[in-house]
Amino acid sequence: MQAVTREEALELYEDMILGRNFEDMCAQMYYRGKMFGFVHLYNGQEAVSTGFIKQLNQPDCVVSTYRDHVHALSKGVPARAVMAELFGKATGCCRGQGGSMHMFSEPHNLLGGFAFIGEGIPVATGAAFAAKYRHEVLKQSSPDGLDVTLAFFGDGTCNNGQFFECLNMAQLWKLPIIFVVENNLWAIGMSHLRSTSDPEIWKKGPAFGMPGVHVDGMDVLKVREVAKEAIDRARRGEGPTLVECETYRFRGHSLADPDELRRPDEKSHYAARDPITSLKKYIIEQNLASEAELKNIEKKIDDVVEEAVEFADASPLPPRSQLLENVFADPKGFGIGPDGKYRCEDPKFTQGTAQV
Amino acid sequence: MVSVSSITRCHEVLMFEALREAMIEEMTLDPTVCMIGEDVGDYGGSYKVSKGLSEMFGDLRVLDTPIAENSFTGMGIGAAMKGLRPVVEGMNMGFLLLAYNQISNNCGMLPYTSGGQFKIPIVIRGPGGVGRQLGAEHSQRLESYFQSIPGIQMVACSTPYNAKGLLKAAIRSDNPVVLFEHVLLYNLKEKIPDEEYICCLEEAEMVRPGSQLTILTYSRMRYHVMQAVKTLVNKGYDPEVIDIRSLKPFDLHTIGNSIKKTHRVLIVEECMRTGGIGASLRSAIIDNFWDELDARPVCLSSQDVPTPYAATLEDATVVQPAQIVAAVEEICQ
Repeated sequence: MQAVTREEALELYEDMILGRNFEDMCAQMYYRGKMFGFVHLYNGQEAVSTGFIKQLNQPDCVVSTYRDHVHALSKGVPARAVMAELFGKATGCCRGQGGSMHMFSEPHNLLGGFAFIGEGIPVATGAAFAAKYRHEVLKQSSPDGLDVTLAFFGDGTCNNGQFFECLNMAQLWKLPIIFVVENNLWAIGMSHLRSTSDPEIWKKGPAFGMPGVHVDGMDVLKVREVAKEAIDRARRGEGPTLVECETYRFRGHSLADPDELRRPDEKSHYAARDPITSLKKYIIEQNLASEAELKNIEKKIDDVVEEAVEFADASPLPPRSQLLENVFADPKGFGIGPDGKYRCEDPKFTQGTAQV
Repeated sequence: MVSVSSITRCHEVLMFEALREAMIEEMTLDPTVCMIGEDVGDYGGSYKVSKGLSEMFGDLRVLDTPIAENSFTGMGIGAAMKGLRPVVEGMNMGFLLLAYNQISNNCGMLPYTSGGQFKIPIVIRGPGGVGRQLGAEHSQRLESYFQSIPGIQMVACSTPYNAKGLLKAAIRSDNPVVLFEHVLLYNLKEKIPDEEYICCLEEAEMVRPGSQLTILTYSRMRYHVMQAVKTLVNKGYDPEVIDIRSLKPFDLHTIGNSIKKTHRVLIVEECMRTGGIGASLRSAIIDNFWDELDARPVCLSSQDVPTPYAATLEDATVVQPAQIVAAVEEICQ
């Protein structure tokens, strides 16, 4: 394992505990009828989110998939904003309009939250293109180098066209993007090995001219080391990297998945490699902190997650008048009504129907 | 009616040159405006809309892409979320079927699902419609397919004047706008003002004021309508012709004022009968102006067939002036 300072180790630990506890609370809340629809939990994959995202600065962008709660938390979106969004409340980070699969936060440069696999990758490629454009066309430079974009997606996505199209374009234009594959071996009930002719995803990087790296995604320090190198490369303008993280989700694909296809020995193999347990062990063995300090962090996070639930519970549902807001950035897009006025100028406009 | 006063200084342009002027003006005014598409750079665009632009603005601002519509449209969307104002060209609008995932889910919906945190000031433009024996796949009317997507605006240009004005307006809009050009109209010639002007994205255009019935049309069918109007005027009819221009949303003010005057409506479109712009427009007219109508609103559309290659069959798929004349005569009985 790579050397890490005490402060860094505690930051990593706290972030992973937050991710784990938050997702466990989501499961509870879902079964209590506070959360609805399709909810995809991240338990077991925390090392990837923490290992990568904690290396980023505020201007760097993260693009995720439907398994996005923990990416949002690692990027700094407050737990209460994510929880309220999941409860469908007006105080959610997306005003209750997005839900579990559409977490966005402009101040944190979290560009989604996408329900269809692969559809976030071009968006991430665009964010990286914009970073290069700002530098080369608008002549806006930072001493840190180019702003970096991370695109997270899974093994299933690596058989999808958008993945390949974006690997090509990112390398062609040397965009500051890192393609982070969270290979948890399963796409709902489809095993990676059954759907992929060559299952070694990292190899697809060099096929497009970029480095392809495989890393143990259950080890946050190893992920962090690989992430740092890829991020530095991107900042220097040397282009994209494809990183395949071998990881595992401890729960089913979603809370609706009975998870009957995965074998118990596979599950226990990865449970034994729980990234949080491993880091805790490392911290204790390297004398970076005491058990008591780690327990304090766990208690602190318990409080954060409890508070998030209380906040979400107490928050109001969106009013009917919110229905048509945000459909357009410029509400003139709803057009001109029979009376000659723009519909958005009519005070009764947002009170009524969805038909415009 | 759009008329350019004889006092205004003008210059003559072809449609594709008008679009090009719009691009140059907007890219000069605002450095965040850029172009993304196949062959827009070195080749100057399949229909010469971006001829010379990559020499003027560089090959990052006029970006030649690989053939990957879904991904480069999505890339435009991501760039728009991060402060750029991309103009994405579909070499043929039909190719944007490949980009439907991005246009529907991200372009249309993302401002909403993000709770208003992100805007997508993107323009998606390109030629569509039935050409001259281009075959079924190059003859599509994507406005039919896109119209249900919430969160986008759609406009169709039909003259060099409105092409330039609409493209400029689309670029300046913070909403995602799809601009439908037509394969057969790029060489239309018109005098346009030297001075800068913009067209309103949400407004329809009065082409010929009249009193007897309202003909609503857009894009290339405007010319079939005007050809029919010559015959109709000779026969003593007085139709009012409106180019609806804004396909989504409809300008119900201009359209409504006309219907209140004439009480009869004929829609002439190039979409197929099933699920086209005409179908939606007829529905909107019935909902909003039922009491004003003295006759059933009639819609002339293309046949529900893949556009055939053979010229005689292709001619039969789209509405021809003779059919328009016949329809007017019947409505006005």
